[in-house]
Order: sequence, then C-alpha cells, then structure tokens
Amino acid sequence: MSEAVAAGPERTARVVLVDDHRMFRTGVRAEIGRTEVTGIDVVGEADDVESAVQVVAETRPDVVLLDVHLPGGGGVEVLRRSAPLMSDPTGVRFLALSVSDAAEDVIGVIRGGARGYVTKTITGTDLVNAIFRISDGDAVFSPRLAGFVLDAFAATDTPPVDEDLDRLTQREREVLRLIARGYAYKEIAKQLFISVKTVESHVSAVLRKLQLSNRHELTRWATARRLV
Amino acid sequence: MAAPGTESQPPAPDVPSAAGTEPTPAGEARPPYRRLYRSPHGRMLGGVAHGLAVHLGLPVTWVRVAFILLFFAQGVGVLLYAAFWFVVPIGIGEPAPGAAARWIYQDGGFVRVPAGQTGVGELSKGRRAGLGRLRDLLQRTFHGEPSPAGPGEVGVPGAQPEKAGRGGVGQLFALLLLVVGIMALLSALHIQTAKPYVWPLLIVGVGVALVWRQADDSRWQRWFGLEEATRRRGAYTRVVGGVLLVVAGIIAFLVLQGSGSTLGSVIEASIAVLAGVLVLVGPYALRLWQDLGAERTARIRAQERAEIAAHVHDSVLHTLTLIQRNADDAKEVLRLARAQERELRLWLYRPEAAAEAAPDTLAERIRQVVAEVEDRHGVPVELVCVGDCPMDEKISAQIRAAREAMVNAAKYGGGGPVQVYAEVEGRTVSVFVRDHGPGFDPDTVPEDRMGVRESIIGRMRRNGGTARVRPAPDGGTEVELEMERADV
Repeated sequence: MSEAVAAGPERTARVVLVDDHRMFRTGVRAEIGRTEVTGIDVVGEADDVESAVQVVAETRPDVVLLDVHLPGGGGVEVLRRSAPLMSDPTGVRFLALSVSDAAEDVIGVIRGGARGYVTKTITGTDLVNAIFRISDGDAVFSPRLAGFVLDAFAATDTPPVDEDLDRLTQREREVLRLIARGYAYKEIAKQLFISVKTVESHVSAVLRKLQLSNRHELTRWATARRLV
Repeated sequence: MAAPGTESQPPAPDVPSAAGTEPTPAGEARPPYRRLYRSPHGRMLGGVAHGLAVHLGLPVTWVRVAFILLFFAQGVGVLLYAAFWFVVPIGIGEPAPGAAARWIYQDGGFVRVPAGQTGVGELSKGRRAGLGRLRDLLQRTFHGEPSPAGPGEVGVPGAQPEKAGRGGVGQLFALLLLVVGIMALLSALHIQTAKPYVWPLLIVGVGVALVWRQADDSRWQRWFGLEEATRRRGAYTRVVGGVLLVVAGIIAFLVLQGSGSTLGSVIEASIAVLAGVLVLVGPYALRLWQDLGAERTARIRAQERAEIAAHVHDSVLHTLTLIQRNADDAKEVLRLARAQERELRLWLYRPEAAAEAAPDTLAERIRQVVAEVEDRHGVPVELVCVGDCPMDEKISAQIRAAREAMVNAAKYGGGGPVQVYAEVEGRTVSVFVRDHGPGFDPDTVPEDRMGVRESIIGRMRRNGGTARVRPAPDGGTEVELEMERADV
C-alpha cells in the first residue's frame, strides 16, 4: 500500500475519525490531519456508535475511518445505521481500521459495507493513500484481510448458492495472494503483467463478492477455525 | 557487512533488471502439482477407487461402478484395480488441491468435509450386533485392525472411526466380491477345465493378498501411530500365515500335477534349487546389502552435520552478532547470552523437551516463530496464514528455514515491517517472507556465508522442498519456501 496515489494538497478528502481511544484519534489526526501537506481534512471525531452515526450524518464526509470495536454495538452497528448514506455513488465510504486479528470482526464490517480494512500498524503515508483510494470508490485490502478472504473462500464446505459470487476467479485469487504476501498494487500489476487499474477492478470485484455472497456461514467458519 | 556468518547484502541498484530476468513469477498461474494417492478413508479394499475419486473430483460411487463395469470386460477392472493397488502409494484422504475439502463416507452417502476438519465427531458408531462379530473378526484378519476392542474405540487419531462406521459391512462385502470376482476370472480363463488347480491357486492368492495387505497396512498404521507391540504381533502372524498359505498352495499345486508319491522329490528338488541360488547369489546380495547400509549411514551423517551447522548458524551465530552490536549494553549482552545458552542446552541435551514445547500445528508454530523474531530483533513482522495443518518433520524444517529468512529480513530489510505469508493448499505448504530493504543478489553471496545457502536453501533441499530467493518487483527481497507435506 505504499503507492503514491495523487496524495497532496492538490486534492482533499474530508474524513471523520471514529475510535473510542482518544489517544489513538489524536495520533491519527496528527499524522494525517495536516491538510496543507496530506490533503486530508479531519472534519469530525466520534467515540461511540451513537455519536458516530450523528457526526457522520451531520458532516457527510468522504471517508469514515471506523474502528471495529466501539461501545454501543461496534463498527457494524455504525454501518447498519448509516446505510442510507452509503447508497448513492458519491455517498459516505467507510474504511475499517482495526487492531483486531479477529476474522469475525473484520469480515463483519466488510459485509456491513466497509470498503476496506487496514490494521492500526499502517504508516501515515499508506493510510493517506488508502483514504484517497477509498474516496475514489476503490477497495483497500490489507494483507491480513486478503488472507481471511482466501481462507473463507477456500474452506467452506457448502456448495456455492450463487456460482458467480461464491467463487473467486483464478486471477482474483492470485491478486489476493500477492496482497497477502505484502505486494503493493503497482507491484502486483508488474508481477502479473496487468495494469494497476485491472488490479483495482479485481480487488473491487472481490469486495463485492464478499459483501454480497451468500456465505452466511462466514462467521461460523471463522469461529470454527479458531481465528476469533 | 561484517556480521559473522551471515550473507552480505550489498545494495542492489540492478534490482529492476534482475526483476526483468525473472519471467516466471510465482504468482503466475502454475497449475498445482497433483499426485494420486490411495485413500485409507472410507476405503473398501485398497482405497484405489476412493483415491481416484478424490483425485479426479468425482463421486466415489462412479469410480466404483466403473471398476465393476470394467470387470465384465474380460476382468479388466480387477486387473486395473490390482495395478493401481500395486503402484499407487497410500496417503491420507487429501483434498484435491484447490478443492480444500475431501469426501468422506457418512450416513449412506459421501459428503464433503472441509480441510482441517476430521469429521470424526459426526460419524456414527459402527453397529456391532449380530453379524458384527464375524465382520470384526474378518476385518481384523484382513485389515489388521489393532485390537479386539474394535476400531471405533481405539482412539486412534484421525480417520480411523470413519473406516469403522459403515465401512465394516462394506469392506466385508467388497472382499467377498473380490473372491467371487477372482473365481469368475479364473473360470473365464477356462481354468475350470483343470478344476483341481483352482483351490491351490486360490490358496496362493489368499496368501499373497495377506502379505500384500500387511505391507500396505504396516505403512498405514505407522502413520497413525498404533502401538508398536500390537502392530508387530499382528504383522508377524499375518506374514507368516500368508507365506504358509503360499507355500501350501504351491506344494498342493505341484502335488496335484504329479501324484502324491512325487511330493518328496518335488520338495527335495525345490530345496536344492533354492540352496544353489543362495550359494551363487548370496555373497553378492550380502555385499550389496552392506554397501547400501554404509552409504545410507554416510548420507545420514552428512545430513545431520548440515542440520547442526544450520541450527548453530541460526541461533548461536545470530546471537553473537547481536551481542557485538550491543557490546556497550552489559545487561542486554547478558540477557542475550543467557537466553541463547538456555536455548542451545535445550536443543542439544533435551531435544524431546524442545519438541514438546513447540505447538503442533503450522499456524501456531509460525505465530510463535514470528513473535520470537519480533521480540529479538525489534522489527515488526506481519503474518498472514491461510489454512493450517499438523506439524511434521518436513514442515518443521520449512519453518526453521522461514525463521532464518525472517531473521535476515529483520536484520537487512531496512527496519520496515517484514511480511510473512503462509499457505496450506492440499499437500503443499508455501511460505513467503518479504522485506522492503535494499535487496541483494543471491549469486553474489560468498561461498563461506551460511545464512541463505545452508539455513534456507540447503535445509529446504535436504528435506525435499524448494527455496527461491529473488528480488521483489519494487525493491526488497522475497524468499519463497515450498514443501510438500510428509505422508503423515
């Protein structure tokens, strides 16, 4: 994710931070919130579900950085209650930012409609890039999320209900594997001899499958494999 | 880089060109390597049909029906089955790569079980009334079930109960079918015109089958760790029984061919021929045997030496490097030295304790290794694990190689996070370790540097795997370790 997307003052994104740890919010704001350098304008903060829903509805940011664990129902609840805001093409987009390893949490927020998932160990630059990518409508997969998805789509025992959605294509699997191995989009493009745009569309396709597919047992799968 | 015992990593300005000469990236669609194994899970006879079904991704019933149909074509089915039984090694019921699930027999049909689940709990206990006793007896005789308690109650890990569930009746039935099939085959070959020979031939056949089943099952039992004593006793009786049957059959055959009175001379002649052959071939055979033994010993010794060298490199030499770096910090030096001493003692004098302390699945083990490397070198290591499998000798070696790759990445990777990706797909376990450092060219590493050459590449090769070290597309180095799981 160390790709230099047009991050810089020439373009801006309005961002809301949702996290119940004030220290963390302060740190992130200090890291990415220097609008004149990064182009990120932090327009609001929230520390629980209730305030998050309210702030997001009021400020209508481009991107919400959403913690998975929140008092009052967690990130999934915020997503559920903000669903109307996400529907139109220019709507609010959510990027899950988590310290958690739990597949259940992560897959929960992704299925709830978050456009990506990154861990809190991400660097400031990478986070800025991820935010711009999300605001462009693209999906952002961390290596770990790619791993979860590969695992989930490989190991379910029920036959797919919807063939189109419940299977990853060979190419999508390759892209996910490379993400899991720590490759940036540009590197994946180079490795597979395709364009960055194509990589992005593969990733978006996977996200769509993840959100829409009929794999009701995804969470059960996560529990059974002791990933949670 | 003056670090003792580690490969030097000169900055590599030629990384892009090196990347260009790498036209077969690992991400390319390389069809997974599929091997055919016979399956001990839910098998009726030798697990041929089952193994084929898993390999081809077909329902096992189809394969069985195909064999039966082929049988009516001049008995081709039986011959084919025998040929498969003969050449194909038995393996665990492995999912076809990519499918990540296997078929098991349950409640009257085959169901898919995702890899990682044994499906033991769900399987019904064998119904053991009436015919059950006879079935058990026959099953033990022909399949070498370990104890009279019956397979379902032995508590052997893995797939044993699957076999017990419905397999018992099925196996008995299959064996009967086999006998009938052989009879039919014999009659098809017009042997019934010489009726007296049928029975000796049948006896020989049963004897051969017994011995063959023994060779088969002894491997199978070894993997499932049956008790040594029980195993050996059972094996012994069966081999002796088989050999006796074969000898009896042959003698009966010979006697029938001549008459009862020629029995003595027939035996005499056989013994004379055997003795003659023994005298002629004996010395050569003995010599060959000894040479083989000597060669094996030498090879094992060389291998062990290389393993020890690799271990010493991984642990002791690395610690010494760290100590040199922290020479001013007396406390840190002490801590490192003590930790290393403890670790080395454990490895040298109590290897079984070291093995006990290690977790028994790949994901757990690799997580532990990642934590160790992170702690010791202060560089974040991000681990992504897809799938899991129990540990075996080969995978332990792979993890030791991966550890060394992580240590290298932590030391020379420019302090950025090291990314580790481990994946179990079918029988193949791959581990990728990548850093974002300056990168280096493995060909320029001096001969005397042991890190990459011995601890990673050599170790993987010695254990039957492959290791590749290559520059990552946008800088940094990636180490790819691939290993096929042992037949555990």
